[in-house]
Amino acid sequence: MSDDDKKQFEPRIVAFFCNWCTYTAADLAGTARMTYSPNVRVIRIMCSGRLDPQFILKAFREGADGVLIGGCHPGDCHYQEGNYKALRRFTLLKRFLNMMGIEKERIRLEWIAASEGDKVQKVINEMTEQVRKLGPLKLEPVSQLRPEENSVPLAEAVAVIEGGAS
Amino acid sequence: MSTANTPSPNGKPKIGVYVCHCGINIAGRVDVQATVEFAKTLPNVTVATEYKFMCSDPGQEMIQKDLKDGLVDRVVVASCSPLMHEATFRRAMMAADANPFLFQMANIREHVSWVTLDKDAATEKAKALIAAAVKRIVLHRPLEKTRVPVNSDALVVGGGIAGIHAALTLADAGRKVYLVEREPTIGGHMAKFDKTFPTLDCSACILTPKMSAVRAHPNITLWTYSEVAEVEGFVGNFQVKVKRKPRYIKEDLCVGCYECVEACVFKKGIVKDEFNVGLSKRRPIYIPFPQATPLVAVIDPETCVQIKRNKCKKPCVDACERDAIDFDQKEEIKEIDVGAIILATGFKTFDAGRISRYGYGKYPNIFTSLEVERMVNAAGPTTGEVLLKNGEKPKAVGIVHCVGSRDCKTNAYCSRVCCMYSLKLAHLIKERTGAEVYNFYIDMRTPGKGYEEFYEKLLKENVHFIRGRVAEISDWATIPEEEGKLVIRAEDTLVGAVRRIPVDMVVLSVGMEPHEDVDEVRRVFNVSCSHEGWFLERHPKLAPVSTFTDGVFLAGACQGPKDIPDCVAQAGAAAAEALVLIDRGYVELEPNTAYVQEEFCSGCKICLGLCPYGAISFNDEKNISSVNGALCKGCGTCVAACPSGALQQNLFTDEQILQEIEGVISYV
Amino acid sequence: MSKPKVAFYWCASCGGCEEAVIDLGPDILKVVEAVDIVFWPVALDFKRSDVENLADGELAVSFINGAIRSSEQSEMVELLRRKSGLVVAFGSCAHTGGIPGLANLFDRKAMFDEVYFNLPSVVNDKKTVPQEEYEAPEGTLTLPNLWNTVKTLDQVIPVDYYLPGCPPPVNLIAEAVTKIVKGELPPKGSILAPDIALCDECPRKETKPEKMSQKEFKRPHEIMIDPEKCLLAQGLLCLGPVTRKGCGAACTTANMPCTGCMGPVSNVIDFGMKALSAVASLADSNDEEEIEKILSKIVDPVGTFYRYSLPASLLHRYYQPAAQGGK
Repeated sequence: MSDDDKKQFEPRIVAFFCNWCTYTAADLAGTARMTYSPNVRVIRIMCSGRLDPQFILKAFREGADGVLIGGCHPGDCHYQEGNYKALRRFTLLKRFLNMMGIEKERIRLEWIAASEGDKVQKVINEMTEQVRKLGPLKLEPVSQLRPEENSVPLAEAVAVIEGGAS
Repeated sequence: MSTANTPSPNGKPKIGVYVCHCGINIAGRVDVQATVEFAKTLPNVTVATEYKFMCSDPGQEMIQKDLKDGLVDRVVVASCSPLMHEATFRRAMMAADANPFLFQMANIREHVSWVTLDKDAATEKAKALIAAAVKRIVLHRPLEKTRVPVNSDALVVGGGIAGIHAALTLADAGRKVYLVEREPTIGGHMAKFDKTFPTLDCSACILTPKMSAVRAHPNITLWTYSEVAEVEGFVGNFQVKVKRKPRYIKEDLCVGCYECVEACVFKKGIVKDEFNVGLSKRRPIYIPFPQATPLVAVIDPETCVQIKRNKCKKPCVDACERDAIDFDQKEEIKEIDVGAIILATGFKTFDAGRISRYGYGKYPNIFTSLEVERMVNAAGPTTGEVLLKNGEKPKAVGIVHCVGSRDCKTNAYCSRVCCMYSLKLAHLIKERTGAEVYNFYIDMRTPGKGYEEFYEKLLKENVHFIRGRVAEISDWATIPEEEGKLVIRAEDTLVGAVRRIPVDMVVLSVGMEPHEDVDEVRRVFNVSCSHEGWFLERHPKLAPVSTFTDGVFLAGACQGPKDIPDCVAQAGAAAAEALVLIDRGYVELEPNTAYVQEEFCSGCKICLGLCPYGAISFNDEKNISSVNGALCKGCGTCVAACPSGALQQNLFTDEQILQEIEGVISYV
Repeated sequence: MSKPKVAFYWCASCGGCEEAVIDLGPDILKVVEAVDIVFWPVALDFKRSDVENLADGELAVSFINGAIRSSEQSEMVELLRRKSGLVVAFGSCAHTGGIPGLANLFDRKAMFDEVYFNLPSVVNDKKTVPQEEYEAPEGTLTLPNLWNTVKTLDQVIPVDYYLPGCPPPVNLIAEAVTKIVKGELPPKGSILAPDIALCDECPRKETKPEKMSQKEFKRPHEIMIDPEKCLLAQGLLCLGPVTRKGCGAACTTANMPCTGCMGPVSNVIDFGMKALSAVASLADSNDEEEIEKILSKIVDPVGTFYRYSLPASLLHRYYQPAAQGGK
């Protein structure tokens, strides 16, 4: 067993927190000095309704082992209904990810109010351990080969077309 | 297919990364030097440095100098939460003639140093957040806050003491105010009281001068018997439709002489009088109470024979010397434009019938506190006497506190005023009847100025206080002394025994509740309610009179149970905040709004129905959607739904967030 | 002056793209006049060695359709890339993976087990499976290696242009060939189709209501589809709003909802996720249970939203923690 295996796997989780509730709650957890696992990295959006499912898959593709989404409790969205739209998309996304074999613990939607700093702590700690047990998400690598990597510049190619065979 | 590599519109960006120590708040846990070294390795970073307190003047000057010297054109500050200092640094950038939106913060204090035990892990996390900000800021574009002018008129909804005070304050400041009240008269609940605690001054004596002032004020347009039907627009520019219900009396002609009321074919009251809380009956044509403002009669279309069946001799018309009665009067819709709205719609009392074991509605002499208020009022149904249903004075009265308050089965909250008014009623009942008065309480809540002293006074007046929540009120006698009485059963917790107290009359101190239709009302004004139904303030401590809807303010009991002093204080506060808005003359809109890239919009219309603010409309000429930047609040819900990425949000474009994702996970 | 040399090749495909070229009709004679087709397995009898014998870059353009999922296909496209000035990914399979891309829900073992062992009509007592090498008396016979994962063309070789569509609409093919022949090409990496979604050219666009949200989604066989009204507004899962136009709204005109074969517009990085987001946003409810119920009508989210684009998606394939992957 290599040294890497002996060291514990540290999951890396990307979180999308809505400005008015969850992000504020995370700030509150900080002000109250509630410590929690360092594995979650927060991206701030104004509303959980901004969350495009493309972002979630992008996070996985870039190397995240889990994605956490935080929004306001139903009925309390600062923008009235954004969190309901997030719920609609998440409901369908869950089923899609299940069909694609991604373990359900890797994606989590939590409603966290601005005063619930303790919930932020609890959810982050919980999710970190759950994802740790699952191990790293290693998606099959794939690259989109850019045409710049082609050796023949466009002008030359056009010249060939115009001039016929060289 | 990825558009992540769209070049920065300013040419090659020059990013400055400033990492704050925040004393030892950050530096005590995060290796600041290491993060600075790391920042230097990131693409497009031209300056990476650190300082003890970035938010201080020297810290801000550091940034300003680099901007002015052309070393950087975009700024990342890794320090506390943006909710703390984003505005500070944006202002610093503006002062250096740089666009404040070419700025991003990495929260490495609240989200890293304060919550992470392990120093290495904290440093790694800080690096990741800095990388995210650096990647993202490349795609920021200069943005401007737009200014929209503000209409200087105001609307106050609700004519109770809070609404009255707010309207007078605004009117005295020289602003035109529309005061809209649902009932035929202003005055609210306070007009129904006899005396107010703790001073026991006469409610009408302190209220009616204010009501007259409203009527007389040249700046106040008073519309009673009216409701707000629709509100459109946004802060500073509201278009409001007010529905004026027909009184069938011409308001400008009626002088309130009562002749029509006396002349009515019904010589006695036929329908429960709302003002007297159902304790008496009124005629179809009526004036709510002698000091009603405006002092104008009203005809109730449900009970008036003429309106219902067109079959009346109409003696009221004959009696009116001013020819003010008009059976053809119709509902009118008034359209007004205002800049600020104050909601002062008040409360309703808890329906005591919901607690069946208290026997309200079952036994005749059980009254709510509001009914007793009307009784003790000299202008009320019993001309100020406290009487049982059989007309006699009670010899023993029980006052039950916390009916519909502090009760997990009905309302969990404390209604704040009931202890004080229960003491007041105890005093008044004792004064008017000489009866034995028993107050059944859980705690005595008397926190205001003069309140505890009022309680002391009552203690000396021979009123009995039993500390125990009443379990049951019934007429089942177990001993001869209880025959024909109402028996109140409660555990006297100070004595440690269950007691049965026989009384002639019970007063249920009902709590305060939001109005029945508060859910509909809140939608008209686009405000939220807490889960009990009180209008939701922007912040319980720091912003109790504003809401999350800019331009709509709250005053009085509609925001939560409170007494008259607090209602008046809040009304003044709401008027002041409305004045801030009106006097400034403009509103600055945050630029993080959505916009449509017209060349990509196919007109699929998926976005239209998603906006709760109606900010998206369809342009029939161009056949595409378009966003009203003044209505858009910047949630981004439509952007996530747009199937072609034509809709984007300033400061939160797809590209920016995708770069942030790349930054936060692919470097560290 | 000799004519520019052009090649057509097919990988994991159905042959529809070849048909589309034939659909040029009489215009194909113009094509033949303008260019010299030196390699087209379905139509002309040139061999791989003919391509190998060309100089590097001697081929002006190669039009390659089909997804890549075998060693033979990858070798051929690498060969063609070396020999070509320009490579055009022709059709949905080459562009985003196409229908064959749905095989990314499985892996090679799962497919072989199903096809060679588990199907009810298969009789295979000896458990025979294809071998890559087989010693026959005549010599060693070889078969291409079948990959676990289907890839798009640009995940194997650099691609200069894309002609989307299943198959690409004839008018877009004609336009593309004309542009190439005239040398009037957009920047490399471009998709040779308009950059706006189908609703823009759909004849039903005028009938779109203001409220597009649905209490119930419908599948095409469940209702009498109104031939005039917007299909999405009728509750059908029409992916027109997500899909590039250029096909003349062929399917919606024929009373069938768009299935997304032309791929996404340029602002979108993952077709299926955008389609999922748009459709889910239309579920007309704020109640968790009701939302589940409305969305459960979409019985196959992968097939519905990634019908043509699973290999091009961010997830690329069904995730297996201990994935074999690759060749």
